Amino acid sequence: MLKVNDLHTFYGKIEALKGITIEVHEGEIVTLIGANGAGKSTTLKTISGQIAPRTGSIEFLGEQIAGMPAHLVTAKRVIQVPEGRRIFPQMSVRENLEMGAFLRNDKDEIAADLEKVLELFPRLRERVAQKGGTLSGGEQQMLAIARGMMARPNLLMLDEPSMGLAPVIVEVIFDTIKKLNKAGTTILLVEQNAAMALQVADRGYVLETGSVALTGTGKELLGNERVRKTYLGEI
Amino acid sequence: MSAELGIIAQQFVNGITLGGMYALLALGYTLVYGILLMINFAHAEMFMFGAYVGLFTLQGLSRIAFFTSSGPALLLLYVLTFLIAMIATGILGVVIERFAYRPLRHAPRLAPLISAIGVSLFLQNAALLWISSRSLPFPVLFEVRTFRIGGASISSMQILIIVTTIVLMLVLDSFVSRTRLGKSMRATSQDRDTAGLMGIDINRVIALTFFIGPALGAAAGIFSGMYYGNIKYNMGFIPGIKAFTAAVVGGIGNLRGAMLGGFLIGLLESLAAAYISTGYKDVIAFVVLIIVLIFKPGGLLGESVAEKV
Ligand SMILES: Nc1ncnc2c1ncn2[C@@H]1O[C@H](COP(=O)(O)OP(=O)(O)OP(=O)(O)O)[C@@H](O)[C@H]1O
Ligand SMILES: [Mg+2]
Repeated sequence: MLKVNDLHTFYGKIEALKGITIEVHEGEIVTLIGANGAGKSTTLKTISGQIAPRTGSIEFLGEQIAGMPAHLVTAKRVIQVPEGRRIFPQMSVRENLEMGAFLRNDKDEIAADLEKVLELFPRLRERVAQKGGTLSGGEQQMLAIARGMMARPNLLMLDEPSMGLAPVIVEVIFDTIKKLNKAGTTILLVEQNAAMALQVADRGYVLETGSVALTGTGKELLGNERVRKTYLGEI
Repeated sequence: MSAELGIIAQQFVNGITLGGMYALLALGYTLVYGILLMINFAHAEMFMFGAYVGLFTLQGLSRIAFFTSSGPALLLLYVLTFLIAMIATGILGVVIERFAYRPLRHAPRLAPLISAIGVSLFLQNAALLWISSRSLPFPVLFEVRTFRIGGASISSMQILIIVTTIVLMLVLDSFVSRTRLGKSMRATSQDRDTAGLMGIDINRVIALTFFIGPALGAAAGIFSGMYYGNIKYNMGFIPGIKAFTAAVVGGIGNLRGAMLGGFLIGLLESLAAAYISTGYKDVIAFVVLIIVLIFKPGGLLGESVAEKV
């Protein structure tokens, strides 16, 4: 479904991605893990069109999307839930969710999806009329994910969805990811919480300073000694 | 009614007229700031440019006998004058953004500001050189009647200005809050990068903003020409500063704030001209600015929801 080949992305003179090659097959959950600054977010941003790569290719469903502006990538239903929530603070929860469906015009289906995400996150239902900026951090994170779902993604890219959330809510988020995946959404998941990410993922990539250091199935990586030491905090 | 109240009522009418012009111009500053966090120093020249296009359109069209043949035809003449001036100035705004600001979008924040000052100087000097260094009379083609309400008199010109201003504001307000394009403008002003992820074409939204602001500024420029009877290449300077102040007083980035700020400054300026001295009229805007910013640093309707980091 998604083939990223030898991607190089720069911020000015800083080379943040030094030749990343990853692949996501239809129906999979693939995770990217790695230390702070390894280039996980940059990889997602390059795929979603927020930054153009200097060289390299990104193929989605057989089409080149490298360097395409973000709104056109979104139109292909490649949806990024950005790091740090990034909800619209002056818009109500409902308006935020509607923004997620900005490119859709199937009114009835949008209403049904709205109902679905509110079912999934009852906390958001209680606050539909409240401004996004007044939600707690965790509630904002739920809103960001729900907003991403409103786009009916083909490929959903989540950047650290569990960040700053209480353990119970993290469970909810991971359950949601699994459910979405079962329902047919392909998922690319960036996580600091490597243990949980590798448990739900079919496959994973470990990034180190802008390149892929390791790859394998979720199970393989969970069993890998280097991964256990560096990312799962075992001694 | 006592003479005293009559003066207040009169200054109120004058203040609303003046305030409407400031408010229209202030909207352009606030729109651009809301989307790009940039102060468009060239915006005052949109006021000037619009007034000139308005003048030439009015002169050109009034040569066609039909337009001066009847009341409705005259109304049509004015509607066309406003439309043409607003569209032309809107296009100028889009062109300026495309060539003077967009290439600097990722440059340090000072760069587009300097570019804006350059555009402003260029436009003023172009008008000075190619049109005239002196002020040109701005004709009024209809008979201006004066009505008395209470102790104040209001002219048909003032009524025209006030009503048109309010209509334009209502249209803008419902455009931004109700339409799809308006929603995409709001989203872009709240979080530009994330708006792109929603499928919004950011460049289109920015271009739209640079159309609407200057178009409204052009309307204000024509009003100014009609009201004061003449226009000049540097006519945008003082109203531009006051309108910018109005936008800050209202809470820059906030549309209703710009409207409120514009009317407030217009009103206080008129009252000050009557009660303090006309000499102080031009400093009133800044006195208001200082007082407001002491008590409400974000402006009267400034953002109340803090962004969570
Ligand atoms: N806007 C930027 N300007 C300059 N350098 C940047 C910018 N954004 C990221 N970088 C640099 O690029 C590198 C990769 O950053 P990136 O955000 O992709 O890391 P990450 O793996 O997502 O880290 P984290 O786990 O902390 O979110 C880092 O060295 C970072 O400093
Ligand atoms: Mg990151």
